Amino acid sequence: MSQQKNPIMGWIDDRLPVTVTYEKHMSKYYAPKNFNFWYFFGVLSMIMLVNQILTGIWLTMNFTPSADAAFASVEYIMRDVEWGWLLRYMHSTGATFFFIAIYLHMFRAVLYGSYQKPRELIWLFGMGIYLALMAEAFMGYVLPWGQMSYWGAQVIISLFGAIPVIGDDLTTWIRGDFLISGATLNRFFALHVIAVPLVIVALVVLHLLALHEVGSNNPDGVDIKKHKDENGVPLDGVPFHPFYTVHDMVGIVVFLMIFCSVMFFFPMGGGFMLEYANFEPANGLKTPEHIAPVWYFGAFYTILRAIPDKLLGVIAMGAAIAILFVLPWLDKSPVKSIRYKGMISKTLIPIFGVVFAILTWLGTQPSDGYFLGLINNTTLAQWLTAFYFGYFLLMPFYTRMEKTKPVPERVTGGH
Amino acid sequence: MKIVIALFAMMASTLAFAAGSKIPLDEHKTDLSDTASLQRGAQTFMNYCMGCHSLEHGRYNRVARDLDISEELMQENLNFAGKRFGDLMTIAMRTEDSKKWFGATPPDLTLVTRVRGGDGDWLYTYLRSFYEDTSRPWGVNNTAFKDVGMPHVLADLQGVQKKGCAPVSTGYDSLTGTEIMVDSCELETPKEVLYLAEEGQLTPKEYDNLVYDLVNFLVYMSEPIALERERLGWWVLLFLVIFLIPVYLLNKEYWKEIH
Amino acid sequence: MSQDGVNNSRRLLLLGSTAAVGAVGAGFVAVPFLASWNPSEKAKAAGAPAKVDISKLEPGAMLTAEWRGKPVYVVRRTEEVLGMLEGLNGRLKDPANDNKAQQPTYADNLQRSRQPELLVLLGVCTHLGCAPKFYAEVKPEPFDADWKGGFFCPCHGSRFDMSGRVYSGSPAADNLIVPPYSFEGDNVLVIGIDEETA
Repeated sequence: MSQQKNPIMGWIDDRLPVTVTYEKHMSKYYAPKNFNFWYFFGVLSMIMLVNQILTGIWLTMNFTPSADAAFASVEYIMRDVEWGWLLRYMHSTGATFFFIAIYLHMFRAVLYGSYQKPRELIWLFGMGIYLALMAEAFMGYVLPWGQMSYWGAQVIISLFGAIPVIGDDLTTWIRGDFLISGATLNRFFALHVIAVPLVIVALVVLHLLALHEVGSNNPDGVDIKKHKDENGVPLDGVPFHPFYTVHDMVGIVVFLMIFCSVMFFFPMGGGFMLEYANFEPANGLKTPEHIAPVWYFGAFYTILRAIPDKLLGVIAMGAAIAILFVLPWLDKSPVKSIRYKGMISKTLIPIFGVVFAILTWLGTQPSDGYFLGLINNTTLAQWLTAFYFGYFLLMPFYTRMEKTKPVPERVTGGH
Repeated sequence: MKIVIALFAMMASTLAFAAGSKIPLDEHKTDLSDTASLQRGAQTFMNYCMGCHSLEHGRYNRVARDLDISEELMQENLNFAGKRFGDLMTIAMRTEDSKKWFGATPPDLTLVTRVRGGDGDWLYTYLRSFYEDTSRPWGVNNTAFKDVGMPHVLADLQGVQKKGCAPVSTGYDSLTGTEIMVDSCELETPKEVLYLAEEGQLTPKEYDNLVYDLVNFLVYMSEPIALERERLGWWVLLFLVIFLIPVYLLNKEYWKEIH
Repeated sequence: MSQDGVNNSRRLLLLGSTAAVGAVGAGFVAVPFLASWNPSEKAKAAGAPAKVDISKLEPGAMLTAEWRGKPVYVVRRTEEVLGMLEGLNGRLKDPANDNKAQQPTYADNLQRSRQPELLVLLGVCTHLGCAPKFYAEVKPEPFDADWKGGFFCPCHGSRFDMSGRVYSGSPAADNLIVPPYSFEGDNVLVIGIDEETA
């Protein structure tokens, strides 16, 4: 067992628990051997976080956070700074792929009940990351100071105005001015490049520490620690390193291929990643015809618009996010994985995924349009909003009622 | 996985939607590798547009380098403002003056094709859609940009277009193969169309080519790195494919012992 | 987790090739990050030599060029002005260019220039960086009753003669700087390059 072969490592280990930490989190962290496709998205989120931090630091080197110069400085990065265009596209495309990875990572947790006891804290930290990420992305989108930056900020900050009594003063305080201005841009810059990234990194550390304390869930939702060999190693577990490091690398390379395909060939993402109107400098006197959030906020923006009342809309949007936090206490099912849950859950979970995707889609579309030419966008949004809340609010009842299948003692399938 | 596919399918289905315009657009088959076209477009821009519109995020030397224009040629024949070779392509018109003359400041056009749907279609349509409208201050209106505040700068070249009833093609006679022309106001759904009332210095075909080159140049201006970006993209993907081979085999090698 | 069937040499080969290709990839990724620290096109344009057409510069007139974001004064002096330079020596702080940093060696002469009549000066006062104004005429000025033509800085009243040498009694201590320059043919002045480029 002892790793005292290397005297330098021994010297360090006497002073800093490097080897012990490495073993705890890598070479002797036993992960279930039956991870599937869905288990790539955690590490992929990490990759995107690193990408955003690195390219972000480099972008700040040439970005000018002022109302007069921000827009031109982005074009300066795109044209005059050597390789600046690539750093910028890595960052803007990275934002989209970060959210794709995060959404699929969260859906994985829903599929296999990874938020259930004893992993509630992991889920809460994860939700904290998600919330911080939304703030991060929103403020980041304001920085190029284009028309969508400006009017998107206008709409989102106005939401705080819905709060009774203090609303108006609150929005003025957030803006630091009586309108969105350079003061707003500067504070968003500070928050975007320093404050929120610090929070996100801290939450990621907590997320991982909590995960490694209780161990990873798996597609069967069984506890691999119930069956161990004579050395205390779970029979269904494999050391994270090297088995999952080499495994994750395959996922990372494939993911990077998709990422690079979009970044090098469709950097605007068809107007969903970099919106057309945002190539026009911010103009406080002229609203773009169609204000749409970037796609990753679509679902919550749709819920906001579905309610024909400002305050109630804001409450609904807030509730749609808040309800995700309490998911671990809404799911009363005795089993974790969708594989062994009853028919109701088996049906509702995929539908929920599709509903969330459509809600996201609707958020990018005009509210008076027609979905697939069939149904008015607003009507559809209202139905889907009802489903969204129904799915969660009724969960304590249908997960208790439905007949679950017996969960096997050991993991099935795998490699 | 299904959701990802569905999401991408949805995104793809609206790749064609253009910002802010409801009229059908003529397709601009942009070709950024056609250097001669880009050069002609640059020349047209400098001669006809740059009196009022800047390209303030671009530099003369970058355009010269990318478009294979020599420094002498650029400085003597294209750089009318007398700016230095490495300068931004700004213009001298003051915003107060332009506000007075046009009622609005002529916008900078560096990014116009990105603003207008990310490609050249809108601009290609717009520059060919001016028509006579005596009620407007400049005597022209535009079907792609209603009540536009800009005169038709290329009118001498194009001639005068009017909007009204004119013969339009409805297809080809199946027997003789000749084109069938019907007056647009006699169609099942009558409509007014643009037709050339007075010829200009260029034939309609030549004018379309001139506008094509101009739009090609402006698509280039909106993202000068576009060609290089795609070229590099193929190399990066090739590298990742090569990288995938040892990574995939390494993974297989380790996992073959796990049952 | 038995060690049966583990092919160590194959493993090492795959590990080695993955690491090697990965290292190459990391090298590629590093390029944009490192290269972005090079001077940008803006910096290059600002630092580029400025070319000035001097064919239309009349004797006695001045034009202002821009080089690295600073004004550069180009004056075509008349014979009359050049003739007066020597006689001013007694009124100047550094008539003989003792401070060698203020001009290139080829301008270390009475006219402080390559071609005697053509004066090229950085229009930045050596006192606190204002732009001195050109007062060409020989006539009594409010700031100097015996003015022989030259530059006067409106900020703190520094005075310079027609070759940029500072008068005694000025707050500035040094002569105006002569930037490096050369000529391309007869009519083009290139500011920023010492030697003619063939």
